Amino acid sequence: MTAAVAVKGKDLEVDEEGYLVKLSDWSEDVGKAMAAEDGLVLTPNHWEVINFLREYYDEFQIAPAIRVLTKAIGKKLGPEKGSTKYLYELFPYGPAKQACRYAGLPKPTGCI
Amino acid sequence: MTILHTINKSPFQTTDLDSCLRHARKGSAILLIEDAVYAAMGNTGISERVGEALKNTNVYVLGPDLDARGLERERVVRGVEIVDYGGFVDLAVEHDHVQAWV
Amino acid sequence: MSADDGAEAANERTERNVKRFLFVNRKAPYGTIYALEALEVVLISAAFDQDVTLVFLDDGVCQLKKGQQTKETGMKNFSPTYRALEGYDIEKLYVEKESLEHRGLTADDLLVPVKVLTTEEIGALMDQQDIVISF
Repeated sequence: MTAAVAVKGKDLEVDEEGYLVKLSDWSEDVGKAMAAEDGLVLTPNHWEVINFLREYYDEFQIAPAIRVLTKAIGKKLGPEKGSTKYLYELFPYGPAKQACRYAGLPKPTGCI
Repeated sequence: MTILHTINKSPFQTTDLDSCLRHARKGSAILLIEDAVYAAMGNTGISERVGEALKNTNVYVLGPDLDARGLERERVVRGVEIVDYGGFVDLAVEHDHVQAWV
Repeated sequence: MSADDGAEAANERTERNVKRFLFVNRKAPYGTIYALEALEVVLISAAFDQDVTLVFLDDGVCQLKKGQQTKETGMKNFSPTYRALEGYDIEKLYVEKESLEHRGLTADDLLVPVKVLTTEEIGALMDQQDIVISF
């Protein structure tokens, strides 16, 4: 049996670590459902990072490593948001891993 | 008896294309696929060799494999015909057998 | 930035425990898995703060060809990822002049800014590395 996340009555396939298998299955509801399973309600600050990740993936076809993400977020959203501390407060399980999962992206390359 | 030769390795990395060109008889067809599509490009170190082959054989190249590698169709050696997947199947059907130079 | 950056830089590398890594890319993309695997290893190496240099020679120069469109073949187009290297602080990309010319290509055909070096110069670059990994 394969793992799945239930979104609006539909089961979408995820891998053993909870990442969406088909990128095209993603919608904001997927992010919300995954966060709810983790006991988290997504705020506009969360969405800012999730949307940033989706744009990064669209441009470069990879999910960025945390160091790269922090630097790029700082450049785009201001230095107070471009810090590991800020991102870990939003995504306590690790910003690259957790936020990428909510964004429907694969696990970041170089994530160890 | 007509043969369709298919080559899938880069002409710059292996001797597959060379060997095929030496063995291909007049009137046979050669289809370049996968990394062999680099052989279809003009202005390279082997374009002349491909031009020679065109005198005796029909040379085809698979369009989707050109596109994947960013190879512009207008830079393909004149005389080499670009085919799609359907064209690949047609070529296989039109010839008595297929020899794959793998 | 010159590959031979002198004694001061060498001392700094020793202090920070940084080694010079050279990744040599010699295969065309898509036909084999080498190009994609090399790219993943390079991205992972960036996490360890090493001094990374990339060289593209032989069919490896084809990895950087502009305009790759893989949709019809059903494969993933990973060429945009080379543009992400800058964000990973991997900025030393060298391409062999003779390999480009043999394939009818010029630096204008490539999707990222690179420095074009001769075979002779690339040979010298290889000599200056601590670790050379070839794909």
